[in-house]
Amino acid sequence: MKTSELEKLGFECLQNQFEDVEIAGGYTSDLLSDVMANLAEHQVLITIQAHKNTVAVASLADAAAIVFCHGRKATADVVSAAAQEGIALFSSPDNQYNTTCRVAKFLGA
Amino acid sequence: MLDSSALRVQVLAYGLKIRDVMTTKIFAVSRNCTMGDVQTIMKNNGISGVPVVDERRVVGIISMHDILIALENSRLQELVTKHMTTDVKTLSEELPLSFAISAFSNHPFRRFPVVNQANELVGIITPRNINLALIRELSRQLDEIEEELAPSAVPKANSVFHRAYRLTRYDFEHAGMASAELKRELKKRGVPPKIIRRAAIVSYELEINIVAHSHGGTLTLFIDDHRMRITAIDFGPGIPDLDAAMREGFSTANEWIRSQGFGAGMGLPNAKRVSDEFEIQSGVEMGTMVKAIVFLNRNR
Repeated sequence: MKTSELEKLGFECLQNQFEDVEIAGGYTSDLLSDVMANLAEHQVLITIQAHKNTVAVASLADAAAIVFCHGRKATADVVSAAAQEGIALFSSPDNQYNTTCRVAKFLGA
Repeated sequence: MLDSSALRVQVLAYGLKIRDVMTTKIFAVSRNCTMGDVQTIMKNNGISGVPVVDERRVVGIISMHDILIALENSRLQELVTKHMTTDVKTLSEELPLSFAISAFSNHPFRRFPVVNQANELVGIITPRNINLALIRELSRQLDEIEEELAPSAVPKANSVFHRAYRLTRYDFEHAGMASAELKRELKKRGVPPKIIRRAAIVSYELEINIVAHSHGGTLTLFIDDHRMRITAIDFGPGIPDLDAAMREGFSTANEWIRSQGFGAGMGLPNAKRVSDEFEIQSGVEMGTMVKAIVFLNRNR
């Protein structure tokens, strides 16, 4: 499954300047230190933390995308930071559990 | 660890004189000024104590407390001489810095006027001046040690990246800038991604720590062909129990910091785990210094 295909899961794409890589799994967490320690390359980060530090942390891990849950949108500065780092941003209308399940199901995990 | 840092601070404090550390930007008033004048000076310059001088000799001092009392009693129009503390303790500019440090711990004052041999006011010293001077001196010595340790491996001038970043309390907006630059720089040098990631994690955790837990500080990156060194220094408040701080899950973060996704008590342990060398020293009321090294050509 490619990054761009996340849109098929009913997620709204908030930032589309990214490299369309094969997604290598996901990580669900709101603790950025925990994310930093455990999020791996080309994974998708599922979180409710919709601010610039989330982008910074995802970028450190070379993540493929960030999905904000509960329909949270990103502010303009978050979008531009993500564009600069080439990280896709999506917004899911669902909670974290259901969002994670959707992604996992799609990845066949 | 605390012992060795206290010792180092002591050595520094003997090496420096009060003159090297004090601020010479003095706001003083003469005997014929009013309490209202002092209040204006304090407000406009963000200071909390103003000496009263006569022919450059200190004859008294007005503190914020004196102003508050005068304000309460509607006596701001009165002369400072009616309200000032006349028993002023001054420090001589010739003394070692250690004297100033003990003066602050032995007296409740937040500042001391500094005088020369002729007993004329030449400066003011505050705990903040001391912290800044010690930090400056520590970084300078670190750089010297670094150069001494690797005299044969002195890298070519163009292959050294050396930059300092200033970090402000609760400014999460700008935290991460050093790490982003570090990542770009290491990528440019063709360092393996796994090593870049470790280096960036150390740097980011230390940036966030300064922003979330300290009064502010600096983060310095030094990169040559062999290593990436980060020195993170803050102005306090210092960590009372370093062993606890290094334990996973221990955190003193407040609710707001937690709401930002930090404060899980993973920062320092994370940073240490991914570093090849990691050293932390902290003094309560003094500040904290972390030095971390990641070797650029050594995979784990």
